[in-house]
Order: sequence, then C-alpha cells, then structure tokens
Amino acid sequence: MLTFLNHLISGISLGSVYAIIALGYTMVYGIAKMLNFAHGDVIMVGAYVCFFMVSSFGLHPIIGILLAMVVCTLLGIVIERLAYKPLRQAPSLAVLITAIGMSYFLQNAAQLLWTSNYKMFPAFFTFGGKNGVSFFDGRLNLSWTTIVTILACLVIMVVLTLFTDKTKLGKAMRACSEDKGAAQLMGINVNTTISVTFAIGSALAAVAGVLLCSAYPTLMPTTGSMPGIKAFTAAVFGGIGSIPGALLGGILLGIIEIFAKAYISTQVSDAIVFAVLIIVLLVKPTGLLGKQIREKV
Amino acid sequence: MLKVENINVYYGSIHAVKGVSFEVHPGEIVTLIGANGAGKSTILNTISGLLRTKTGSITFLGSSIAHTQPHIIVRQGLAQVPEGRRIFQTMTVQENLEMGAYTQKLNVVAEELDRVFRQFPRLKERRKQVAGTLSGGEQQMLAMGRALMSHPKLLMLDEPSMGLAPILVEQIFEIIQTLHQDGTTILLVEQNAQMALSVASRAYVLETGNITLSGTGAELTQDDRVRKAYLGG
Ligand SMILES: Nc1ncnc2c1ncn2[C@@H]1O[C@H](COP(=O)(O)OP(=O)(O)O)[C@@H](O)[C@H]1O
Ligand SMILES: [Mg+2]
Repeated sequence: MLTFLNHLISGISLGSVYAIIALGYTMVYGIAKMLNFAHGDVIMVGAYVCFFMVSSFGLHPIIGILLAMVVCTLLGIVIERLAYKPLRQAPSLAVLITAIGMSYFLQNAAQLLWTSNYKMFPAFFTFGGKNGVSFFDGRLNLSWTTIVTILACLVIMVVLTLFTDKTKLGKAMRACSEDKGAAQLMGINVNTTISVTFAIGSALAAVAGVLLCSAYPTLMPTTGSMPGIKAFTAAVFGGIGSIPGALLGGILLGIIEIFAKAYISTQVSDAIVFAVLIIVLLVKPTGLLGKQIREKV
Repeated sequence: MLKVENINVYYGSIHAVKGVSFEVHPGEIVTLIGANGAGKSTILNTISGLLRTKTGSITFLGSSIAHTQPHIIVRQGLAQVPEGRRIFQTMTVQENLEMGAYTQKLNVVAEELDRVFRQFPRLKERRKQVAGTLSGGEQQMLAMGRALMSHPKLLMLDEPSMGLAPILVEQIFEIIQTLHQDGTTILLVEQNAQMALSVASRAYVLETGNITLSGTGAELTQDDRVRKAYLGG
C-alpha cells in the first residue's frame, strides 16, 4: 500500500513537470495552430542556464531560475519572430518542418556551447540538510523536489487560468485562438499576442527544465527532447488547446508512466504510455477535455 | 471621410477587385450592392487592412491607411462587422463586447457598455450567456454591438441581413437607421438590394470586381438595370 502511494506521488510529480511543459505546447497550438517542436529543447536551455548560474557563478538557485526564465522568454520570442512568423501564411507542413529544424538547431548549438558530456544538476531543494520528509519509518518518502514540483504546477495552473479568464491580454489570447481575423477587427495586435504566448510558454519551459533536472539530474543537450514529446502527448491526451486539459493529461501521463515502470516493465513503459494515448484518441479524438469548435460557414 | 481610389485586390492569381473607386462622406449611409462573389467582402477587408491592394490608395479622415496594420485602423475609428458575424463563440456576450472595446481606455469601457446595452436591451439580458448559444438574430446584434464598443466614426457592415428571417431583417435595418441618426457614418454591403437601397443616401453596384453603376438610393431603385438584376423585375 505504501509502495503504491510512493509510486502515485512520483507519478503526480513527474506528471506535474509534463503538465507545465504541455501548457507551452497547448497555448502555442491554441493561438498559432502550430506544433512548436522546439519547445522541448527550450527546456534544456533553461536547465543549462540555471545550472551555470548556480554551479559556475555561485548565484542563489532562485536567481538562477529567474535568469533561466528571462533567457528562455527571449529565446521563445526570437524563435517565433525569426522562424515561425515569416511562415504565418505557409502550409502547416512547412511550419512543422521548420519547428523540427529549430529543435535540432538548439540541440546542436547546445552541444557546441556546452559539449555533449552530461552535467550533474545540483540538488537545489534541501532544507536543513535534508532532501525530504519521511513517514512510517521511512517507508513513505516525500522529497522537497516532489513537493516543490507539485506546488509549482498548481500555482502555475491557477495563475494561468486567472490570466486567460480575467485579464484583457488573456482574453485577447482566447479571441486570437478562436478567430484571428475577427480579433484584428477588434483592434487586437495578433503578432504581439502570439509573441506573448510564446514568451509565457518559454518561461514555463525554463521552470519545467529546472524541476525536471532536479528530479532526474543528468543534463545534456538532448535532455529536453523525450520529455518534450511526452508532454506534447499529454497535451493531445488532455485535449490540445485546453489549459485544464494540459494539467489532466500531464498528471495522468506521469502516473501511467511510473506505474507501468513499477508494475509492468521499465523497458516497455514508454510504449504503454503511447498505447494509452492511441486508445484515448480512438475513443475521443479531441482528447479528454478537448472541445470541437464549430466550423464557421 | 473614406476615399477608395483604384484598388486592385488579388487572391493569388484571382483578380477579385478590379480598379474600384468610391467615397463615403461624413453622415452618409453608403451601400455597396452586388451578387454573391462580386467582391464586396474583399473590398471591406482591404479597407480594414486584412487584405492589401496592389495599386491605388485608401484614405480615411485625411490619412492613408492602405499600408496601415488592421489593429491601428480600428484605433483610428474604423470598425467592421464581418460577414457571418464571426463572434467569439466560446466567450460570453459581455466578453465579446469587451473585446470590441479593446482599443478603449479601461475607464470608458463601462460607459460604452451602457450605451450598447441601451441600443440592444436583448444583449443586456444575455450578458452572461456563451455567445455560441445565441440565435442568429442575437448573434448579429452582438456582432454590431461589439463593433460599436470601439465608438467608430465609420461603421462597415458586411451583409448584416444574411440568413435572418424577414422580421429580423427589418429590425436590423431599423437599428442601422438609428445608429445613423445618432451620428455614425455607415458603409453597408448587402445582397438584399431592396432593403439596402431603402436606407441608403448613395449606392454603388458591384459586378465581378467592377463598379458598374452609382447614384442616390432613390435613383438606383428606379434604374431599370438594377430593378431587373437585383429587385426582381
Ligand atoms: N480566400 C479566398 N481565396 C481565393 N479566392 C477568394 C477568397 N475569398 C474570395 N475569393 C474570390 O474572390 C471573389 C470575391 O469574393 P467576395 O469578396 O467574398 O465576394 P462577395 O463578398 O461580394 O460575395 C470571388 O470570386 C471569390 O471566389
Ligand atoms: Mg461577402
């Protein structure tokens, strides 16, 4: 029973990271109707920036995370402006290929800058020399990383939901997601709104990168790619374009993955994750919380 | 107020608008009538900046807007109610109206909202309702109310009567006249030539991308060619 609980908590924690990454995919997809394949690699850049700020320059981890967010925000805006904006009217296949190219570019740039040798990401989340709390004579363990990850995910979800529901800019993002032409006729600057969306998604990617590497501390140029694909899966699973969908999809995916590893097999856990996705999409093509927007005449 | 001179608009190789020129003076209701596919929506979208003309000029309140971005054009006082309403389906009535006031300062939004609710009491009753669940007539009112939230000097309407029952068409045209009396200049695009000509100060007839006739609303109503082609004999 306690083992089960331990696995459940690990699943929720991993799922929280997926959920934070999935938000970036889902928000960008919602507004730009494109799959930003390079999103996973922005995570990796965020983790490296934080790593160097803390390990090489000895800055406080909080400062490291904030700087990683700043760098990733700028990176996200630049990627959108240089690579995707010129293709706004292009066929979606051209955009997808560009995004894949951008993903490889970031990985290769990271190899050039930081070599392909892995770095050991430092343990940030320790309090009083302990890296967690245990219950039942050490049979139920909660690491600070887990606690911080789950809390961060919850806070991000609440803040983002309030932002899109209540603020002028957030509503403008929803308007652009639904109908860009009509949004422009309202006086909304669609380009700025898309930039803001990339900025938010990329800042969240930095947070996700730090959380991911705190739990799985080997950092290398390809670190972001598998979690990126899984988080994209989570976004589709929950219903792409939907913020609560990203949360639900992320958490479920994390739990399924950890349970599959623990109870079935470590080797086929990824296959199980994707099999579940396929089954869900067969039954409900829009994902768990996805809505079918009615086609306009 | 609005001067369109010799615009040519293309979709790829399709030449949709061929050297069109016309004017709208302050205080007028000008209507552009023409069959489906004549190029009416293309003209409005070019004025709004969503499409670009290859040649000629578009001047609004004395300044050129042919190369101005759409969101800036709205700020200058030119709003469009697009064909097919295009309200934000997943947002509430009030949120739709707030989007219409996107260019306005926060402190005047409440004032504009009051004004629009006075004009469209129906929208006030339904302010919390999700817009996608409104009836066709209500959606048209919402689309018009939304455009009015920016307090435009010139309001362009693209086929506001499309798909509505006759009684609702009457109602929409009454509203158009009220807006006009309240001081809004209007450029109205319609296939329903009869209704459009009955409210218009001046009118232009558009056929496959060319303006073929123009005159006052009364003149065109009497014109044989117009009667034959657009008024059912
Ligand atoms: N997005 C588009 N792509 C290609 N052709 C278009 C497009 N929109 C309109 N057209 C063509 O341009 C012409 C004018 O269309 P439109 O302005 O919509 O006419 P109207 O509003 O008078 O019905 C038509 O021949 C139409 O087929
Ligand atoms: Mg049209």
